[in-house]
Amino acid sequence: MTAGNSVSIPPDADLTEALQNAIHAALADQRPLEILGSGSKRFLGRESSGQRLDIGGHRGIVTYEPSELVMTARSGTPLAEIESLLGRHGQMLAFEPPHFGPGATLGGTVACNLAGPRRPYAGATRDFVLGTRVINGKGEILRFGGEVMKNVAGYDISRLMAGAMGTLGLLLEVSLKVLPAPRVEATLAFERDEPQALVDMNRCAGRPLPVSAAAWCAGVMYVRLSGSETGVAAACAELGGDEMLPDTALAFWDALKEQRLAAFSGEGVLWRLSLPPATGSLPLDAESVIDWGGAQRWLRTDEDAERVRWVAGEAGGHAVAFKDGDRQGSVFHPMGGVLMQLHRRVKDALDPHGLFNPGRMYAGL
Amino acid sequence: MSCPLPEIRVTSTVGKTEEELSRRRAELAARLGKQLPAGTLLTHEDELRPFECDALSAYRRQPLMVAMPRTVAEVQAVLRTCHDMAVPVVARGAGTGLSGGALPLEQGVLLNLSRMDQVLEVDVPNRLARVQPGVRNLHISERVAQHGLYYAPDPSSQIACSIGGNVAENAGGVHCLKYGLTVHNVASVEVVTIDGQHVRLGGPALDAPGYDLLALIHGSEGLLAVIVEVTVRLLPKPVYAQVAVAAFARVDAAGDAVASIIASGVLPAGLEMMDRGCIEAVNGFLDVGYPDCAGLVLCELDGTQAEVSSQIEAVSGILRDAGAVEVTVSRSEEERLRLWSGRKAAFPAVGRLAPDYYCMDGTIPRRHLARVLNEIKALSEHYRLSVVNVFHAGDGNMHPLILYDANREGELQRAEKLGGEILEACVAAGGTITGEHGVGIEKIDQMCVQFSPTELQQFHDLKAAFDPSGLLNPGKAVPTLARCAEFGAMHVHGGRLPFPDLERF
Ligand SMILES: Cc1cc2nc3c(=O)[nH]c(=O)nc-3n(C[C@H](O)[C@H](O)[C@H](O)COP(=O)(O)OP(=O)(O)OC[C@H]3O[C@@H](n4cnc5c(N)ncnc54)[C@H](O)[C@@H]3O)c2cc1C
Repeated sequence: MTAGNSVSIPPDADLTEALQNAIHAALADQRPLEILGSGSKRFLGRESSGQRLDIGGHRGIVTYEPSELVMTARSGTPLAEIESLLGRHGQMLAFEPPHFGPGATLGGTVACNLAGPRRPYAGATRDFVLGTRVINGKGEILRFGGEVMKNVAGYDISRLMAGAMGTLGLLLEVSLKVLPAPRVEATLAFERDEPQALVDMNRCAGRPLPVSAAAWCAGVMYVRLSGSETGVAAACAELGGDEMLPDTALAFWDALKEQRLAAFSGEGVLWRLSLPPATGSLPLDAESVIDWGGAQRWLRTDEDAERVRWVAGEAGGHAVAFKDGDRQGSVFHPMGGVLMQLHRRVKDALDPHGLFNPGRMYAGL
Repeated sequence: MSCPLPEIRVTSTVGKTEEELSRRRAELAARLGKQLPAGTLLTHEDELRPFECDALSAYRRQPLMVAMPRTVAEVQAVLRTCHDMAVPVVARGAGTGLSGGALPLEQGVLLNLSRMDQVLEVDVPNRLARVQPGVRNLHISERVAQHGLYYAPDPSSQIACSIGGNVAENAGGVHCLKYGLTVHNVASVEVVTIDGQHVRLGGPALDAPGYDLLALIHGSEGLLAVIVEVTVRLLPKPVYAQVAVAAFARVDAAGDAVASIIASGVLPAGLEMMDRGCIEAVNGFLDVGYPDCAGLVLCELDGTQAEVSSQIEAVSGILRDAGAVEVTVSRSEEERLRLWSGRKAAFPAVGRLAPDYYCMDGTIPRRHLARVLNEIKALSEHYRLSVVNVFHAGDGNMHPLILYDANREGELQRAEKLGGEILEACVAAGGTITGEHGVGIEKIDQMCVQFSPTELQQFHDLKAAFDPSGLLNPGKAVPTLARCAEFGAMHVHGGRLPFPDLERF
């Protein structure tokens, strides 16, 4: 789709048949598979056994109807291609997904259910999934949901695929709801300490303002407003603070989303804590970068994993050893017995032979 | 919800004799009686009658008994005992469901959750409300209004329907184009599985570890687990709203106007449409004075005053450019409510046109609106039954209302067949048989049209993951493959039922 570039870009291709054959072959040999898009999020989750099955070639936008706010694409389609097409029509993926690499695909994005700063105000990846075409662990091609906004026929298996880290099936196509991109955005910066920033961000979210992101990093609270020119101007006037230059603001939100801010690098494990947004400062020995208006906190620390998880759990949330942790042990927050039992049975229902990404999320799943 | 006429007595296929049933009833009542406070069980015929049906009142059945628990422990006791005795259980919220999801089973317990009606906690800083499943939808917004917050999904039944039922059906409302469906506004649920295990899905953060079982529970129609607690997300109440009402001489022009509004980049809070039949019904029912026209579009914007004022002008321009013969914009809150009152009264207004109406719920890609409307018109002529249309146009969710008179021989059956064919037209246009009302018992045959046998089998496998014994709301939502084979055969034979005297259900 992108032209004028010396790198050769593989053409759109429908590899459904080849992928289904590969799955049948793997089933016959009882050989598990590791499903891979571009590998941009391969660092995330537990180390998975399984032979690589590349889906990157299965790419192309299948339908896009701007006036329906719906786009369907094959799972190997690069996120960048989708975003640039939507951008040309004044629309966007409202969950603002992080890429973590130039080749990030739609399939990997949905499988990981990661979302950017707009998430608390617009929704997560799973909120925008309308339908999927998948191959289950028996090698059957199934379609769930569709290209319409509302659909309650059958269980919502499409949404279940979001965040399942590819352990429940191979995504062939995903239909997403897209949204109009805001006309205008402005970012306000405020000097704040962490406790005050948490209070202010949540107060802001409780008021009818067009907030589209709120973050805190190294003593500064950032609030982004999105909407019409008059709406954003009125909200800026109401909130005060220092308005950032548009390019600086854009660069900041991108660096936060793609984890390029200095605070993301360093020693120790990069933890992601997902918490009720109004949770106060954490009793951990590292400074957080706060996103999602308080609901997502990032920190690098050598503290004991048990302790980090305990802190998150006490606050009502959970912790993920997002990067540079022990990938043989627990990466995602351990789950209780009844819940884990339900997970095993759901896995069995979709992937009875344990073909897809074994152990990527939890040992035994 | 009361159960107006008409009435079809549905008998179970299991063919249990009266004697066997009363023996079962006695045994179950004895075992449950030991575990539950007095007044929790209803077993007398007179007490059971109000629970014979939900709002799809054409289908009725008396349950073995009704259990009305007040606590999670009582729900667990009921489910565990039913599990032990292999007694099926149908959960019920407020009984406003339109697809027969809460239709009882003769040999089963109806688990009525309406007594679990307490708001347990309002967490203002985190904008969450933790409530019991029987709490009415509107009650949540009323309870949190003092904090400037509300719960966004607003089904038209919101004064009556329960939040548990909303989750079980993934209910939508007039504002879901902008604010989403129930699934987008629930942080967590607590459920009890058929074997009595109590587990939380989701949590107060924006996501939870593991699979998104929370999403899976939404729209599961009481087949996977019983919802005993719901934590909803609250939003700040928009300070300002305005509505534009536009009249069109042709219904496809109205449809195009809807597409243009969305393509222009505004995201309306509500975007509704009515056809001539519906407009006439409403104008005859209350004094709203909608213009006499082929299609009416209502477009509401909300937000800050500055935001709304600038956008409503733009929207009015788009409506005029799309050929609207008249555009009215509300200039006060009073006028806004008056302009909405007609849309809100659409169902009761249509209810006066005929003794009975049958509400369909297909959703289609919006661009096929004109085509599907034409098909509906042709079908309506073929079956000699009037159909009036009201839509959640913004998200393509149609509610064709089929008018009939159940006291006239064969009309209910004609209405059902017409309805079935409308849904099949929706599927053919790339849509779905149900946008928000659920499959229940009503659309179970059309599931065979929308899904392949392998897809249906996948649904059954997933159900078995939660409910291996198949005791939760059996026979609803997902048809057996055998049933589809039979239904498919009927289709091949020109839509005529092979055994007309057999109860088709
Ligand atoms: C006039 C009218 C207007 C309506 N408008 C709308 C609308 O705009 N949008 C919309 O989406 N719907 C609408 N509905 C349909 C209906 O109100 C919704 O489906 C609602 O969510 C049902 O809630 P309830 O509490 O009445 O559930 P019920 O009818 O009691 O039950 C519905 C289903 O949910 C299951 N269930 C109920 N409670 C639980 C529980 N705690 N745990 C597990 N399963 C449970 C039942 O088994 C059944 O399958 C309308 C209905 C009427 C009568």
